[in-house]
Amino acid sequence: MSDLIQASHISFSYPAVWDALPVPVFEDLDLQIREGSFTAVIGPNGCGKSTLAKHFNAVLLPSGGKVYVLGVDTTDEDRLLEVRRTVGMVFQNPDNQIVANVVEEDVAFAPENLGVESELIRKKVDDALKTVGMYDFREHAPHLLSGGQKQRVAIAGVLAMEPRCIVLDEPTAMLDPQGRREVVSTITKLNRERGITVVLITHHMEEAVNADRVLVMHKGGILLDGTPRDVFSQVQTLRRTGLDVPQTTELLFALRAQGWELPLDALTVDECAETIFRRLCPAN
Amino acid sequence: MLKDITLGQYFPGNTPIHRLDPRTKLLLLIVYIVALFLAVWYVSYLVVAVFLVLVTVIGHIPFKAMTRGLKPMLIFIIFTAVLNIFYSRTGTPLLEWKFIHIYSGGLQTALFMVVRIMLLISGTFLLTYTTSPIALTDALESLLSPLKKLKVPVHELSMMMCIALRFIPTLIEETDKIISAQKARGADFETGSLIHRAKALIPILVPLFVSAFRRADELSVAMECRCYHGGEGRTRMKVLRFGKLDFLAFFFGALLLALVIVLRVFGL
Repeated sequence: MSDLIQASHISFSYPAVWDALPVPVFEDLDLQIREGSFTAVIGPNGCGKSTLAKHFNAVLLPSGGKVYVLGVDTTDEDRLLEVRRTVGMVFQNPDNQIVANVVEEDVAFAPENLGVESELIRKKVDDALKTVGMYDFREHAPHLLSGGQKQRVAIAGVLAMEPRCIVLDEPTAMLDPQGRREVVSTITKLNRERGITVVLITHHMEEAVNADRVLVMHKGGILLDGTPRDVFSQVQTLRRTGLDVPQTTELLFALRAQGWELPLDALTVDECAETIFRRLCPAN
Repeated sequence: MLKDITLGQYFPGNTPIHRLDPRTKLLLLIVYIVALFLAVWYVSYLVVAVFLVLVTVIGHIPFKAMTRGLKPMLIFIIFTAVLNIFYSRTGTPLLEWKFIHIYSGGLQTALFMVVRIMLLISGTFLLTYTTSPIALTDALESLLSPLKKLKVPVHELSMMMCIALRFIPTLIEETDKIISAQKARGADFETGSLIHRAKALIPILVPLFVSAFRRADELSVAMECRCYHGGEGRTRMKVLRFGKLDFLAFFFGALLLALVIVLRVFGL
């Protein structure tokens, strides 16, 4: 598989406002996102994860270095739309990304912008809404939907562009547990069944567990990069940066501190139970 | 408290009136208003009124909704009526007492004026009752599109209207939250002089504006992410098309106008 997004030696700083100094976010950062992968990006507040995400579809441009999306330089203004339709983006607050006051009209927004023929738009909108399970709500007003439903509409709005990659910037931060589950299962489905590359920025370690690659960002750099198993077993490193680990890892870590010999790489509750059970009854 | 406000007052439905192209309805409203202003005597007013009642019945709009729409205008209607009664001095004098002179002509003009205003308001309401705000915005954009040649930003205006409509409920909800938050901190909005109460609005308006600007900023980024680049090369999912029904509606509109003009010639 090839790299869908390639960031090489990028640096970025927010420009100086009035007499404040410019705020550097990251310097000389290298990163590749493989096509079809599911990458979770975690890190404490202000570590630059959102800023990094905005570089993936040319909302922000690097002040040094280059970002390539399928080989297209994001600073190339003539191919801006190409970049943006390849990498779709979903934000934290669903209210602030829904444009129209009917669900299907909102989902149609992106294909309308791209100048797709009206019958084809209809088809794309229906497909996108069915994929996120919101087809029955197509004629509803967005403000009457729940947070999770709104966020799924926002995902459908991006899906209607048929992007190769979706970047989600803390899509579950404002949702209740029910809405969070809906959104996470939708995202996972998109990656597994449609092969869409997913970059998920999140604060919830349980969401990062679903990914096949976890990136830990700290102070504008990449601290850890690996499979969820590898990353979450480094409990002490994660804790030093102020991050949590999944509850399963936390339990195993606490048991280890008490002198039990346990591996740390159990991510699901069942796996964790199995690990402890094996330790207790080694005969079975 | 604020949640009860409904805007546009659209009654969803699937009647022939609802199915009409919004442009047809907008144009018909103009025809209807012209007809109303051409009406001169009882018969022609009756014709216009019958047209309105027919549309209301076909559109399954409850008459209660029509009268409810008139209520806020009541003071204005009464004011117009009173003015017309006292200022017109044609016809036979009916009452002369001190400075009050009432003539039969004055009564008649007042009556016509009141009926005209009521029919005008009801007709306009009928449009918003049977047409969703988004359809209306589309219709306006489509009807005004010739102005694009004169560099009038028609698409931008309609986009702005559409987004404003979309954000009204969101901002109302937000206002509710801010009011509760300020009340929880001991803000008092209900007592005191008018000036005091007006001043109490500042702690509501400031956070509301700040958040509205933040929302606008985020929305613009989200729109750009979905490839928005102005009206150029943009297509629509729902293309407005005139159908048989629309031609029928135009026929009735023309009929109304012709009838009123003929009646005007005969002074009826």
